[in-house]
Amino acid sequence: MAKQNDRGFLQASDRQPLLFDWIFSVDHKRIGLLYLYSVGAFFLAGVALGVLLRLELIAPGPTIATAQTYNALFTLHGVVMIFLFIIPGIPGAFGNLMLPLQIGARDVAFPRLNLLSWWLYILGAFMALTSLFSGGGPPDTGWTFYVPFSSETPTNVSLALLAVFIIGFSSILTGVNFVTTIHRLRAPGMHWGRLPLFVWSLYATAWVQILATPVLGITMVLLMVERLIGLGLFDPGRGGDPILYQHLFWIYSHPAVYIMILPAMGVVSEIIPVFARKPTFGYKAIAASSVAIAAAGSLVWGHHMFVSGMSDTAILVFSLLTFLVAIPSAVKVFNWVATLYRGSISLEPPMLFALAFVFLFSIGGLTGLILGSAATDVHVHDTHFVVGHFHYVMFGGTGFAFFAALHYWLPKVFGRMYNMKAATIAWAIIFVGFNLLYFPMMLVGLHGMPRRYYDYLPQFQQLNVIATAGSWVLAAGLLLMFVNLYRGMRRGAAAGSNPWQAATLEWVLTSPPPAESFSQPPQVTHGPYDLQQAGKP
Amino acid sequence: MTDLPFTTIEAVDAVFLYIFGIAALLLVGITATMVVFVVRYHRRRHPQPQPSPSSKLWLELVWTLIPTLIVLSMFWYSWEGYLKLIDVPPDALKVQAEGRKWSWNFSYENGRSSDRLYVPVGRAVRVAIVSRDVLHSLYIPAFRVKKDAVPGITTYVWFRAPEVGSYDLFCAEYCGVSHSSMVTTVEALPEAQFSAWLEKSKKPSAAGGPALLSRHGCTGCHSLDGSRRVGPSFLGLFGRQTQVLSDGRERTLTANQDYVRRSILQPQADLVQGYPPVMPSYQGQIPPDELQTLVDYLCSEPLSAAPAGP
Ligand code: HEM
Ligand SMILES: [Cu+2]
Ligand SMILES: [Cu+2]
Repeated sequence: MAKQNDRGFLQASDRQPLLFDWIFSVDHKRIGLLYLYSVGAFFLAGVALGVLLRLELIAPGPTIATAQTYNALFTLHGVVMIFLFIIPGIPGAFGNLMLPLQIGARDVAFPRLNLLSWWLYILGAFMALTSLFSGGGPPDTGWTFYVPFSSETPTNVSLALLAVFIIGFSSILTGVNFVTTIHRLRAPGMHWGRLPLFVWSLYATAWVQILATPVLGITMVLLMVERLIGLGLFDPGRGGDPILYQHLFWIYSHPAVYIMILPAMGVVSEIIPVFARKPTFGYKAIAASSVAIAAAGSLVWGHHMFVSGMSDTAILVFSLLTFLVAIPSAVKVFNWVATLYRGSISLEPPMLFALAFVFLFSIGGLTGLILGSAATDVHVHDTHFVVGHFHYVMFGGTGFAFFAALHYWLPKVFGRMYNMKAATIAWAIIFVGFNLLYFPMMLVGLHGMPRRYYDYLPQFQQLNVIATAGSWVLAAGLLLMFVNLYRGMRRGAAAGSNPWQAATLEWVLTSPPPAESFSQPPQVTHGPYDLQQAGKP
Repeated sequence: MTDLPFTTIEAVDAVFLYIFGIAALLLVGITATMVVFVVRYHRRRHPQPQPSPSSKLWLELVWTLIPTLIVLSMFWYSWEGYLKLIDVPPDALKVQAEGRKWSWNFSYENGRSSDRLYVPVGRAVRVAIVSRDVLHSLYIPAFRVKKDAVPGITTYVWFRAPEVGSYDLFCAEYCGVSHSSMVTTVEALPEAQFSAWLEKSKKPSAAGGPALLSRHGCTGCHSLDGSRRVGPSFLGLFGRQTQVLSDGRERTLTANQDYVRRSILQPQADLVQGYPPVMPSYQGQIPPDELQTLVDYLCSEPLSAAPAGP
């Protein structure tokens, strides 16, 4: 008995678990790991596609692919990264793994619904992949599916739209589950003021998932109907309007940016206090700003449309609101930095990734000011400046937070530790490669190179070569990081139940956590960052 | 440039400078503070954390209020800049730009049209932008202007070329397979030279085959030298044995005048194998006499006599 218990939920009974014990499990931890493996696989696929895109751009003219192939590649890269990696990423994997543990619950509120949302996600992913090999061939619209192009192109766009529609449902179900769980299943003593900031961020995110994702569903259905029976809603020849599509699309897709970044901010808010040995500075401000960002972020979608032909009055309003929504993000950055003050800081891998997050996210956020400003956005809209900017936010931000979470929580999940030195080296390579890749992309965009360009004028080549070289450095760093994590989780030394001396509830349990996380709800006696109380509920 | 009236370049660059300037200061400030804290309070030097308040109302108010003022000032400054981009000088020269897969066509009030945008240097130019098919976006980086071409509505930009020269003009809104070759130039000429150009051969139908091919955007996808682009090359077209898909059936035909004409007016009727079915129909887009000129040209000596290319 004792031997099996060492492996906790990973091996709940005395026989080796079969595939079926995993893909039909309703245990939040197993579902979390299912998500982790799937989003991880799609991330690697997306990276491979990104590296191919960069290779094509190493020189003007055809290099490794035709124009049509390049267009299909960036569409697939965008769809995979957005809908299969970054939106489900942190909530699906670490939210499922850690949210119930952090609030002392037995599981999420609706475990079977939780399993359904993973299955919907996989079904959607499967359909997206099928769209590549069936019908009119791989979709070539970009992940934004703008009309009229998307309603006319003979490629297999309809199936891809259906895939996105289904993945949307998966996201809504996760949202419903998390909101209910946080309201109903907190352990005694875990009042709102003691919720870990990661939980606060998931809470704000879940509301955005519930409220914004249906708009995406509606938009995808309208576009499908437009393609299948020629409804004409977006066709100006028949009283429709192509700009209407853009409004509908961004009413979801801007808030989706917060679905991507809020959980990442939550991860960073967990890690910084633990490795600085200081309670988070301004807990209330960080929690409140998560909610403020989620609410105000639903009113700024028009900043993607400053050159679309939308009215100047709308531009005035959306530009103003966009600038205002920058404030809560700035407040969070100041809070994280202030948490370091008079701490006792150790630079272990989770902390390195978290600090890199603060730096890269700041660059992403500050370059975002250029895009929120109407006068400057006109010049850089739809150029590589935008491509660089959103990679800083989504990859430098959410991607790095995801890596931080891997290094922070995997020892809890598997009970083993990775090699710290290799992790640190991987971090350094990734950090250098990242900036080498995306900083030149922003510069070449400032010089006027449009995005989604298969071919470009010779004056843009130098910066493109640097960016492509950066993509190789980055890919090498990622490879080292994943190999190191994989080896660590297979064969690493025992991690112990609380390797980082953190004070949130998941660290009270053994590593890996037992199958029944908390069979008795713990009586919570202290806040999440009372680090002297580490190890006690 | 100093003796010239206001340009869109100055309007936008001032805002770039303001926002990038403040952003750089903030980034340096945040990063430096972070690095200083990490070095000073590293566990090696600072093994025990020292108590400090875990929130401080006045500090948090200050660092909420200051960014608020900063972003409001940015907003305002930027809006002032944007107003200059939409405030067209009354004496502006009027040109219309039409975007289509995958080329630009610029037409002038006197009927002249061209695939390059010729403008008089120093004079304001207002470009009205329309699209024939999908979204495009007219983008001239040197002048910091961009606006989408949207089917069903007319949008515009204005600019003033500060110096004689040639400036790149791109399509910035993704529009399909040859999006990245929808590139041309703005040619800023001295006023006198521009007037001479504008008056030259106003009647567009006087143009010959090659000029028509470029004006109607055919050469955006079809080469004249046998090289493979989005569509089959025109070189060696006439008389070529061509594999096509007609109504879902494969067949082989010999390209003749009828076939060439049909391919222009109903491109989907016979789809050449191995090429994407993306060509738009030119029904109603080309006047009959020009269509005849085109068909004659495509089936004539210089193109057909050449060795059969791909
Ligand atoms: C090694 C990693 C990566 C590389 C080399 C890479 C490279 C690129 C390149 C070259 C483009 C398109 C440029 C163009 O417009 O022609 C692109 C587009 C894009 N990337 Fe990445 N990227 C990487 C990782 C990521 C990650 C982690 C995300 C999101 C989390 C992401 C999201 C996107 C999106 C949404 C697009 C836009 C696609 C579109 O235009 O429809 N990428 N990337
Ligand atoms: Cu947005
Ligand atoms: Cu285009």
